[in-house]
Amino acid sequence: MIAELGHFALVMALMMAVIQALFPLWGAQSGNALWMAVAKPAARSHFLFLLTAFVCLAIAFISNDFSVLYVAEHSNSSLPLYYRITAVWGAHEGSMLLWAFILGLWTFAVTLFSRSLSEEMLARVLGVMALTSIGIELFILFTSNPFDRIVPSPADGNDMNPLLQDFGMTIHPPMLYMGYVGLSVAFSFAIAALLGGSLDSAWARWSRPWTLVAWIFLTFGITLGSWWAYYELGWGGWWFWDPVENASFMPWLVATALLHSLAVTEKRGAFKAWTVLLALFAFSLSLLGTFLVRSGVLTSVHAFASDPTRGLFILVFLGVVVGGSLLLYAIRAPMVKDNARYAFVSKENLLLLNNILLVTASASILLGTLYPLVLDALSLGKISVGSPYFTAVFAPVMAPMFLLAGIAPMFAWRQADANRIFKRMWPVFVASWILGIGLTAAFFKADDIRAMAGLGMAIWLAAGALMSLYARVSLRANFWEGLRSQSPSVYGMTFAHLGAAVFLVGAVLSNQYSVEKIVRLAPNESTEIGGYSFKFLGVNDVSGPNYRAKEGSFQVSNGDKPVAELKPQKRVYKVQRNTMTEAAIDPGFFRDLYVALGEPMDKGAWIVRVYVKPFIRWIWLGGLLMMTGGLCSVADRRYRLASAKLRESIGAVELGAR
Amino acid sequence: MTPRQKRMVLVGLILAGVAGAVFLALTAFQKNLLYFYTPSQVTSGEAPKDYTFRVGGLVVKGSVKRSEGVTVRFDVTDGVATVPVVFTGILPDLFREGQGIISIGKLNGQGVFEASEVLAKHDENYMPPEVGDALKKSGQLPPEAYKDYQK
Repeated sequence: MIAELGHFALVMALMMAVIQALFPLWGAQSGNALWMAVAKPAARSHFLFLLTAFVCLAIAFISNDFSVLYVAEHSNSSLPLYYRITAVWGAHEGSMLLWAFILGLWTFAVTLFSRSLSEEMLARVLGVMALTSIGIELFILFTSNPFDRIVPSPADGNDMNPLLQDFGMTIHPPMLYMGYVGLSVAFSFAIAALLGGSLDSAWARWSRPWTLVAWIFLTFGITLGSWWAYYELGWGGWWFWDPVENASFMPWLVATALLHSLAVTEKRGAFKAWTVLLALFAFSLSLLGTFLVRSGVLTSVHAFASDPTRGLFILVFLGVVVGGSLLLYAIRAPMVKDNARYAFVSKENLLLLNNILLVTASASILLGTLYPLVLDALSLGKISVGSPYFTAVFAPVMAPMFLLAGIAPMFAWRQADANRIFKRMWPVFVASWILGIGLTAAFFKADDIRAMAGLGMAIWLAAGALMSLYARVSLRANFWEGLRSQSPSVYGMTFAHLGAAVFLVGAVLSNQYSVEKIVRLAPNESTEIGGYSFKFLGVNDVSGPNYRAKEGSFQVSNGDKPVAELKPQKRVYKVQRNTMTEAAIDPGFFRDLYVALGEPMDKGAWIVRVYVKPFIRWIWLGGLLMMTGGLCSVADRRYRLASAKLRESIGAVELGAR
Repeated sequence: MTPRQKRMVLVGLILAGVAGAVFLALTAFQKNLLYFYTPSQVTSGEAPKDYTFRVGGLVVKGSVKRSEGVTVRFDVTDGVATVPVVFTGILPDLFREGQGIISIGKLNGQGVFEASEVLAKHDENYMPPEVGDALKKSGQLPPEAYKDYQK
């Protein structure tokens, strides 16, 4: 019964989405206030139906209703309650429902925080979001209905993929989807502005906090995913340039570019057309990511059993969205007047450079991700593009980006005094490089150019961020008063840039100086690596709620000093008979110790994999810092104050346009 | 700057960016593309020597042999031809005899594939598409190895 209710709620949600698209969009076009007023209630009831559908699926999982095919395939009565809830989005159908649900959630949020918006703009934004919802909901109903029944129903379910039975699975997909789908708000705003012909800085000011919140979620989701892959997959890596990772990284890069260019559009009224284009691209890349992941065209660790109609549906949907929005852009963009004037040496131009670098990086990742698909589709051979390609392309594009980010905050809008800035910054620049090279030589290797360059760049970036904060603060007489008087968005930028620097330190040092050893150890034998001694004490049998495991025991010591006791496991899950490696990690601020069990050999010996990874925590710490920066900026009161004035200015601009 | 100058700067920067990226991408492509070969293609000498590529197929039952150290040997087949593979390291959890795998590495002078990486998918019912195609081509696709959840 509950499945039918969920199915019914989903159909009702689709109906509501049609209403939410049709009336407001038509009303906004024809100036019919009554029809425009349909937008808000329709959007809210649309969300309510999606919520009902989602809750129904969750109840089916919690109550072990194996007569629902999706539940039977991905859950089991011995699965702990916590994972039964996670299993809702553990596979294709449920995760698409989560996608639709989160889109509904964002739509609902727009209806809540829209008081400052003109009726017409709100109607258009909600209408465009509804169009996206219609596409996704049709997709779910026609190709991946999670509420299908199975007759006869099996006695027990097929269990959740053991790899996904983890805290990471509980939180990573919802966060990532919040980010992915959140970009649809910026997208809808851009489309609404194009439709209404009101592309101005008021539009940017409204769009900015939404983009920022989506970006925060996306940053968090990607950081979580990387951390999860690191401890769960047992390979000790934190980023694999896997197509599915790329699918989330490309929108992130473009969203980062969008944040920077929105700042220019809001503050200076420049780059209007370009900002709109970025908003369209960011969400298009999100959809492309969904297509890549969900159609099964890619071989990757995330690949699911695929069904060609699904791929075709999403491809058509993607074509309509991207093609339609670009067509609208082509028709409307020439009308946008960009009359802001600025000098060659100015913050505007540096941010433009930032945008171009970020978009270039994103495009080169897109090329590497899609190239194998194109070749395969044209039957020109099966190839794959591995991580060497991505590192070879990505590093040279990002290096100038980091260098510029160190100095860009010092530049003034319109016209910057380059001489003064260089006079002020060159000692910092030289000092950062000396420090980077010196630290590398002192603590690691004296001739490692990559590490030196990476570290030098990171220090420069951090120093630049702090210097620019200092420059702002020192305008005030009193230091503390100066700190207090800065707007939260200044701290936001400082934190975000510091985060990038911290990430860079982690990425460079852990990539360059991780040591790995694969070795066969008998009980009481030990192995030395990176100054640590790992002593293998043997293996015990342990059991969990739905698995049995061999648990190894390792004593790690540094000289005579015991450091940690690590207990990695090799689990066999009872239902699917899958083997899973659970690595054991001793985390630390400066290094991680990592042990994973390989295969058992005779006489109680095991093949084990040990790593010492310096500074790897800094990678995720950097991600969290960037996120903190985003949160600071969102807290900026200017957005709320500005939104009160916004209504008048939008009204004025629209009057002017008519 | 006037809007016209700004546009020229923008166009110029984009052109430079695209040119740079294309150059980087092409040089990186040249070195880092990994082609896929079936065991039949490898034994017939189609696969390159001293160049990294991927080979995939089913692991022959009973062929997995561990030596004293951490080196493992096994055979990969597409049902027609068989390629011996040697790998030093830890095999993935889902590596099993009879299972479809992909390995990345180089062919040495003795016709042995020296793998630097062995991939088995996390979903045990999932067949790497390349391996599935290779088996289909040789007419050796075992139905039980390619059961699809959806059907």
